[in-house]
Amino acid sequence: MSEEANEPIEVLRLPVELEYQYTAGESASRFLRAIKRGKLLGQRCPVDGRVYFPTRGCCPQHGVPMADDGSVELPDVGTLVTYSIVRIPSENIPLDLPYVTIQVLLDGADTVMMHVLGECALEDVHMGMRLKAKWKPEEEWESSVGNILYFVPQDEPDAPYDSYKEHI
Amino acid sequence: MAELCGVIGIGQTQYAAKRQELSMPGLLREAAERALEDADCTWADIDAVVIGKAPDMFEGVMMPELFLNDAIGGAYKPMLRVHTAGSVGGSTAIVAASLVQSGIHDRVLTVAYEKQSESNATWALTISMPFSVATVAGAGGYFAPLVRGYIRRSGAPEDTGIRVAVKDRQNALKNPLAHLQLEDISFDMVADSPMLWDPIRYLETCPSSDGACAMVMAKESIATDSTRPAAWIHATEMRSEPTMFSGRDQVMPRATLDNAASLYKKAGIQNPRSEIDCAEIYVPFSWFEPMWMEGMLFAPINEGWKMTYEGSTALDGDLPVNMSGGVLSSNPIGASGMIRFAEAALQVRGMAGEHQIDGARKALGHAYGGGSQYFSTWIVDNRKP
Amino acid sequence: MRDVAVVAFSQSLSKRREADRNEVEILIPVIHELRTNAGITNEDLDFVCSGSSDYLAGQSFAFVSGLDAVGAWPPVCESHVEMDGAWALYEAWVKIQMGYADLALVYGFGKPSMGDLPLTMALQLDPYSVMPLWPDAVSIAALQARLLLDGGLLSERDMAEVAVRDRAHAKENPFAQVKGDFGVDQILADPYLVSPLRKHDCSPISDGASAVLLAAGDRAKQLCKRPAWIRGIEHICEPQDLGVRDLTRSRSVEIAAEKAGLGAGKVDVAELSAPFTHQEILVERALGLGTETRVNPSGGALAGNPIMAVGLSRIGEAARRVWDGSADRAVAHATSGPCLQQNLVCVLEG
Repeated sequence: MSEEANEPIEVLRLPVELEYQYTAGESASRFLRAIKRGKLLGQRCPVDGRVYFPTRGCCPQHGVPMADDGSVELPDVGTLVTYSIVRIPSENIPLDLPYVTIQVLLDGADTVMMHVLGECALEDVHMGMRLKAKWKPEEEWESSVGNILYFVPQDEPDAPYDSYKEHI
Repeated sequence: MAELCGVIGIGQTQYAAKRQELSMPGLLREAAERALEDADCTWADIDAVVIGKAPDMFEGVMMPELFLNDAIGGAYKPMLRVHTAGSVGGSTAIVAASLVQSGIHDRVLTVAYEKQSESNATWALTISMPFSVATVAGAGGYFAPLVRGYIRRSGAPEDTGIRVAVKDRQNALKNPLAHLQLEDISFDMVADSPMLWDPIRYLETCPSSDGACAMVMAKESIATDSTRPAAWIHATEMRSEPTMFSGRDQVMPRATLDNAASLYKKAGIQNPRSEIDCAEIYVPFSWFEPMWMEGMLFAPINEGWKMTYEGSTALDGDLPVNMSGGVLSSNPIGASGMIRFAEAALQVRGMAGEHQIDGARKALGHAYGGGSQYFSTWIVDNRKP
Repeated sequence: MRDVAVVAFSQSLSKRREADRNEVEILIPVIHELRTNAGITNEDLDFVCSGSSDYLAGQSFAFVSGLDAVGAWPPVCESHVEMDGAWALYEAWVKIQMGYADLALVYGFGKPSMGDLPLTMALQLDPYSVMPLWPDAVSIAALQARLLLDGGLLSERDMAEVAVRDRAHAKENPFAQVKGDFGVDQILADPYLVSPLRKHDCSPISDGASAVLLAAGDRAKQLCKRPAWIRGIEHICEPQDLGVRDLTRSRSVEIAAEKAGLGAGKVDVAELSAPFTHQEILVERALGLGTETRVNPSGGALAGNPIMAVGLSRIGEAARRVWDGSADRAVAHATSGPCLQQNLVCVLEG
C-alpha cells in the first residue's frame, strides 16, 4: 500500500440536486393574483373576525378553514412593530449590508408581515414608525411579494406603543 | 400510573466545528458507546432506540436514522425518529423516557445529533421559495426582532445579553467537551464583537457544531441497582403552538408558560426558584436566558433580566443556569436540547466534573424550537419521586 | 396495559397531483372532518402527534404548518416523528399507556408530487457509499424482486395477481387512486418499467393526508359504538445495508407480528402498505396470513400511496372493518425504508 492509500478521506463532495414544483396553495394564490395587480389581500377569520395578512388556508388559532368571502383589501401603509439591523451576509438574500429586517403591521390587519426597510438612516430606525410600501414600477409586477421593494418611513407621528404591542 | 424511569448512562461526544475524522454513524456511536459504558451495559441490553435530529437537509440525508440505526445497536429492534424543530433533543429524550414509563421497555437508548459540517444550516433554513422574498437571514434574523421586543417591554439594560454571554463562555472553560473555549473572554470582548443582527452581537450567538449526545434510561428495578447513581425523572412536559396568529405573544408565548406550570405541577414543585437547584436552558442567543427565566416561571414577567444582572444564574448564584456553557458554547442543533436534558441529569448524579454544582439534587432540562413555539422540559432528581 | 382503541379516521383522496392545494390545505379538511365526525374539540385532546418528511416537502420544518391545520390553541401537548403517521400513532399509544393522555389526535401527510419521488428516496441510502450512485427506489425494489424470482420464491404471475386483486378491491374505495378490473394476462403483456417490475407492480405516487383518533377505555366507548381495540402494536427496524439482510423474507415483519400476538387467532382482514407487489407477498407470508384473511379490502398501498400517511391509513382502514362488524380481528401494516427495512404491525379487535 502506498502512503496515499492510507490517507484518511475526510470530505467527499457529493452535490445533491433535486427539483421541486411548489404549490402556493389555493389561499396564497388569491393573495398572489391580487398583488400582481398591486392589491394587498388579507382575510378575516370566521371565528373572531381578525384580519390575517396575507391570506392563508385556515386560521391557525382556531383550526377552521378561511372562506373566500372573507377577503379584505388592505392599504399599503402600516406601523413598524419590531426590527433588526442585519450585518451578516446570507447566500439567499441579495441585499447590501447592513439592511433592516422589519415586522410591519398594515393598517387594518391583525397580523404582522416580515419585510425590509429602505430610505432610512440606521440611527433613525425605531419601533412605532409609520411606513409606506415602495413598489416596483407597475410594468414589472408579478405574482410576488417582491413587488414591494421595501417600506419607507412616512412623515407622520409614531403610532403609540399600545396600538401595536400585542403583535410583538 | 407511569412506571419510574431513571437515567443511568450519559455519553457525549467532543463538540467541535468539524468532526471530520468521524462519519455520521461514527459520531453517534461515540456518544452511544460512552452512554453504555456509563450505564455499565452492552448493546444487547438495549430494548429500543430513539433517534432525534433537526431537519434532514442539514446533512442531506432523508430520514438518516434508517442508515444509522445499526451503528448504534438498533438492528432488529424498535426504532423511532423524532423531529420537533429546535426542541427535538428534549422531545426525543421524552419519547425515550415514555417507552420506559409506559412499562413497554426495560432499557432504552436515545441519541440525538447534528453534523453541521456536512452541510450548510443557514442555507437549509432559508431555502428561497417561489413567490416570496427572503428577508430573514437564518435564525438570528428571525429572533433578533423578538429580542428587541423583549428589551422594549422589560426595560432590561442593554448589556444584559453581554453578561449572559460572558457567564456561559466562562462556564464552558470548565467543560472540556464544549466547542468554544475562549480563555480570555471578557465583557469588553463580547461588547466589542461585531453586531450581526442588531441587538445581537457575534459573541452573543451560538456556534455551529458537530456532536451527539446519548442517554440510557431504565426502569426502576434496573436504575435502583445501577453501578452509578441514577437521575430519576420526576416529570416531563411538552407544549406547541402555531408559528403565528393574530395577537400571538412571540416574546413570551403561552406555550412556555403553560408548559412550565404543567411540568412543575407534575413534579410537585410549588416554588421553582427555591426548589430547583440548577437548570440547563436552551439559550441560542444570550438574551433568551432572561426571557426563559420568565418563561419557566423563575422570575416575574419582565424581571428575568434581574436574575442575570444580580448573578443569580452564575455558578455561585442561587439558580445556576447553563453550567456546561450552554448552547452558546456548543450547538449541534438536533442534539442541543438533549445536551440540556443530559447535563441536568449529570448534575443530580454528581457527575458533572468541574462544572458540578455542589449538592445539586433537583435540576431542570429545557429546550425550545421553531418560532419560539415548541417547548420540551424535564425535571430530574437524585431521589425517587 | 391500558385498553386503547382507534375510534375515528378520516382521509383525503389519494391523488397523483394536488395541483392547487399545498400540504396544509390538504390536511385542513381531513382534521376538520375527523373532529366534526367524532364530535370533539381541541380542548378534548390530551396529545397530538404527526408524521411527515421535510424532503418530500422540499423545505426544512415542513411539519410546523401542520399545527395551523390543528389550530393548536390553547397550546397542545404535541410531538412529531419524521416517519409515517403509523409511528406517530405508536408514540401516541405509548403516551396513553403511561397515563399522560386519554384522547390523542394522530395525522400524517405528504405531497410527493412536488419532487421526483423515486430519486428523492435515494437520499435515504448510505450517503458515503450508496447514495452517490443515485439508485432510485424502483430500481432498489427491482433488485429484491429479481432475487425472489430467480430463487423460485414467486413468479411474475403471482405479482400480477396481487395487483389485480388490490385494484379490484379499490373499486369500493372512493379515496383510492388506481382501481378497476384488470386481467392477469392483460397486465403481464405490459412492458417492464424496471425489469422485472412492470407498472402494475409499483404503487402509484400519491398526494394525501389522513388522521386518526385514539382513545383509552371508557372514552373510546363514548366515542365509538364498536371501538377497534389495539391488542398488539410492534415495530422493528432492520439494518439498511441490502447486503446484510435476507431480502427474500421480512424478518422485521415476522418479529413484529409475533410480538404483537398476531398468531393468537383468526385474522379477518389485513391492510398492508407494501409499495410493490412482491413486497406485499413478502409481508403476507411474514404475517402468516391464510385464505381466511381478506387482504387489502381498501386496495392497500398499491391503490393509493400517500407516503407518510399511507401506513396510518392502513390502521384507519382496518379499524373501519372492525367498526362496521365486517371484521372481528384485523391487522394493519406500515413500512419505511428500502426493501421493507422498517415495519410496524398493529392488531385490532372488536
